[in-house]
Amino acid sequence: MFNIRRYIICLAVAITVLGLIAVRAASAKVVGDTIIFGAALSATGKYSTAGKHTKNGYDLAVERINGMGGVKVGGKYYKIKIKYYDDESTAARGAQLAERLIKQDGTKFMLGPYSSGLTKAIAPVTEKYKIPMVEGNGASRSLFNKGYRYIFAVLSTSDYYLREAINLAAEVAKKSGKSPKSLKVALAMENDPFSQDIRAGVLEDAKRWGMRVVIDDKLPPELNDMAATLTKVKALRPDVLVVSGHSKGATLIIRQVSDMKVNVPMLAITHCEAAAVIKNFGSRADYTLCAAQWAPTLTYEGKWFGTAGDYSKRFKDKYGYVPPYQSAESTAAVLVYVDALERANSFDTEKVRDSIAATDIKTFYGNVKFDKTGKNIAKPMVLRQIVKGKFKVVAPTKWATSKLIHPIPKWNQR
Amino acid sequence: MTDNIRSALPYLLIGSAGLAAPIIAPNFQIQLAMLWMMIILALTWDIAGGQMGYNSFGNILFFGIGCYVTAVMQRELFFDIAEYANVTGKVVTLTSYQYFTGFSLGLALSVLIAVAVGVVLGSGILGLRGHYFAICTLGVGVAAGELASGWEFVGAGSGMLAPIYPGEANEQGLFYYYTFFVLAVLCFFTLKRLYSSRFGLAINAIRDDEDKAEAMGIHTTRYKTVAWCISGFFLALAGGMFGHLNNFIDREVAFPSSTFGVWMVLMAILGGKGTIWGPVLGATVFHVTQELFWTYLFGWQRVALGVLIVVIVVFFPQGIMGWLRERWPEKFGETVDTDASTA
Amino acid sequence: MLSNLALLYEAPILSVQLIIDGILIGAILALAAYGMALVWGVMNIINIAQGEFVMLGGYVTFFLTAAGVNPLLTIPVAAAALFILGWALYRLVVFRVVDKDMFISILATFGISIILQQLANELFGADIRTAESGLRTLLFADGMVTVTQVKIVGFVGALVLGAGLFLFLKKSRLGQSMRATAQNARAARIMGINTDRVYATTFALNAAICGVAGSLVVMTWLIHPYLGLAYTLRSFMIVIVAGLGNLAGVVFAGTGLGIVENFAGFLLGTEYQAAFVFSLLVVILLVRNFRLTKKRRYLK
Repeated sequence: MFNIRRYIICLAVAITVLGLIAVRAASAKVVGDTIIFGAALSATGKYSTAGKHTKNGYDLAVERINGMGGVKVGGKYYKIKIKYYDDESTAARGAQLAERLIKQDGTKFMLGPYSSGLTKAIAPVTEKYKIPMVEGNGASRSLFNKGYRYIFAVLSTSDYYLREAINLAAEVAKKSGKSPKSLKVALAMENDPFSQDIRAGVLEDAKRWGMRVVIDDKLPPELNDMAATLTKVKALRPDVLVVSGHSKGATLIIRQVSDMKVNVPMLAITHCEAAAVIKNFGSRADYTLCAAQWAPTLTYEGKWFGTAGDYSKRFKDKYGYVPPYQSAESTAAVLVYVDALERANSFDTEKVRDSIAATDIKTFYGNVKFDKTGKNIAKPMVLRQIVKGKFKVVAPTKWATSKLIHPIPKWNQR
Repeated sequence: MTDNIRSALPYLLIGSAGLAAPIIAPNFQIQLAMLWMMIILALTWDIAGGQMGYNSFGNILFFGIGCYVTAVMQRELFFDIAEYANVTGKVVTLTSYQYFTGFSLGLALSVLIAVAVGVVLGSGILGLRGHYFAICTLGVGVAAGELASGWEFVGAGSGMLAPIYPGEANEQGLFYYYTFFVLAVLCFFTLKRLYSSRFGLAINAIRDDEDKAEAMGIHTTRYKTVAWCISGFFLALAGGMFGHLNNFIDREVAFPSSTFGVWMVLMAILGGKGTIWGPVLGATVFHVTQELFWTYLFGWQRVALGVLIVVIVVFFPQGIMGWLRERWPEKFGETVDTDASTA
Repeated sequence: MLSNLALLYEAPILSVQLIIDGILIGAILALAAYGMALVWGVMNIINIAQGEFVMLGGYVTFFLTAAGVNPLLTIPVAAAALFILGWALYRLVVFRVVDKDMFISILATFGISIILQQLANELFGADIRTAESGLRTLLFADGMVTVTQVKIVGFVGALVLGAGLFLFLKKSRLGQSMRATAQNARAARIMGINTDRVYATTFALNAAICGVAGSLVVMTWLIHPYLGLAYTLRSFMIVIVAGLGNLAGVVFAGTGLGIVENFAGFLLGTEYQAAFVFSLLVVILLVRNFRLTKKRRYLK
């Protein structure tokens, strides 16, 4: 026993010493022929699945760009590479690793983490050090009303996720002769920055139409059971049930709505793809409306990946599953940098920042054009309805390929 | 004379290293600031835990209080809190004067509230013993986090932003490094003084046998409450500073029961609970190891941490100081009579 | 909160649903609590990795059902797999902390829980997983009250297991050895009981029971690697309220907790559900202790 302890102590001391020697200020933004981006990623913790989708999106972009020759700056071609740190799905870690990437590793170009919460934690750091960050997974609109100059988001802000559902419900009501004011709305939102922002958007639109909000539940992140909320839904019979809670929320709601045989005319949720609800629940997931930043069936097109369908195929070939929008928007973030760097023709962070601000490109993910605050104003959210196990785009009407099936048939008729 | 210098030497070395560190290694400012904070966490836990025998898993309560109260105070003094809330989004910046006054007042208020909470809760909770106390404090810590995430005033689930530091980016790092350093030094010397006084003897007596201590006339309730509140005092200050260092505050940042809350216990045990240098050593080794794991074991750092915890607890329950004491008892002023038969 | 209270008053059938749900949820919680009570009573260890055992049991069922095995058959398989894991963990780590301070064992099992949690995350991914029980939903009162059959299976299973455990402890040789060790380990050793074997069996049995709970959880709701802590904390609460060595008490406390939690979520709003549960834990402990201090004693 004594020997084990001595051994362990010697080992510990050796590791500490070696570690202290090894940790030095490492590479800066460009090393040799490679541009190094820094990214916070959730490899562990509650966001690690989405973190994986994000990483796959980033990696696919790197592979494609490098395969196409790289990024051309100052007449020379550079390959790109991404340095990852695990933010452990917590804000404190995220902020720390942003500091580390910027101060110790000399990163000059940051890619965003997964989730609004983490992006909100990292944004002050990148602002502080004046390092541009292009992100594809932090949708909270509160990121864009603080006067930040160095953050740019390719995705639509979270308050837009489920507004369309409310608007759709109002449209349907009007068509059948009812006033939208008579509609009852129920919300079940996870208590985190992302879902709360979605809630804010939904409440705003519901108020605009004069609808009544009968249930407004904030679900704690560890909650694994929505029975209490669904019991209320059964009692109050809302016309629209809106749920947001990342993958867990999506899985829970589909499961419990079908288990408890809750009948709601319209059910709108997020993260259907990430939670694989069609695969897990089959026909029980039918008729659900899913908010999506992007869909492989949309007719967007760009020079690096071709159409949305092409991207989807490339992704599926490499990773074995259809890309959820989290991956697509991560890839798009890298594409923005590629385009901006080429236009800036320099590695100076200020010039690159200004170049990013002037972005106006078409990609497989949608059009990207930033407004003054860094939001992408050229791409809308879409709503898809699951019909017989397939996603059909039903809103906005410009991109819709199918008609909405409303109301959802009652459980005893399915 | 040389004896005095001899004993003062480690303090001088560490002190000068501490003062010079952020200047020599500016890229590590945040890590080093965190190191001092970890030392504070370990030292404060040890007051009630190692010295008094009341192992608390809920000290994070005070930390969180400090975090939120300081940030809220800073804003509330000069602006309506709603203006800073996420959705309305008016850009609010504080001037230097406003920032620092707010900061100081905020810290002062955090301490007051933390101590008050400690007294009120302590009156009930400190009556529990052993593992019931541990579980109860765990419940308190987690409940506090849950309550914070439901309270709209502090941003509920969305979290809130601490005011932006008025000054250059590097200045902020330096400022917080030194505040943590100063706090750690203060904490250390305060505790050192306390432990060598009657107070230290009293709480050690409580640890060894509370009923006997009570019978000997020691007001155990009073001492227990004071001890817990002292840890609350320093933790509230540390929390207030941490919130600003992190810029973003939500209930996971302020009340991290399953990370900081448990690490403070582990650090104290690793170093040797019940000693003054133990927590310091433990915090240093733990923090450095953890940072190394995080850098080099992408994705596996938590598994490594779990293994480390098991190793510490199973093989080194008496900690580094304890092990040193066994190995070289003479250095600690104990004499071991090797001729006498050992039991 | 008042509007929610009014709802309950107007539609008492809702209370029925909440109560039924609570009982069924509580039964599954009670399973995890049995195991914890066993380990606590016999080995004087509070197993923080309890929730992780539940989680792993769920994964066993998940993988087996995905491979086409009949879901209900996976329950005993999960139990067996976790039994082996529990035995292995005992032999590797736990035996070293059994005779030490309980605080040390808390930390050691905390370390184990982190290892299991993070390994699950690395090996299985953090995806939310769910499994189909292949059972139906029962409807009552014109659809207002629904009960999934799998929850009933869980409830019955919990009762059966509880009864089985009770008989085992009372009648079988090994069970009696466990009770003897719980009473006084040293005396048991003197009487010739192999306490090491008893400890290993207890720990492994605990893991097996958690495995069963996990199977039910994945078929009723979902699992993911970070599920553990919630179950660990709730099993604590149940054991503390029921008191050690009181198996029937565990069932009542478990169902009580399930019901209370459901009502709290309904009345106070779900964001305060967890806060309520933990505050309740604190209050229960304080009240219990207060009553004892009146007699100049304290919770031991």
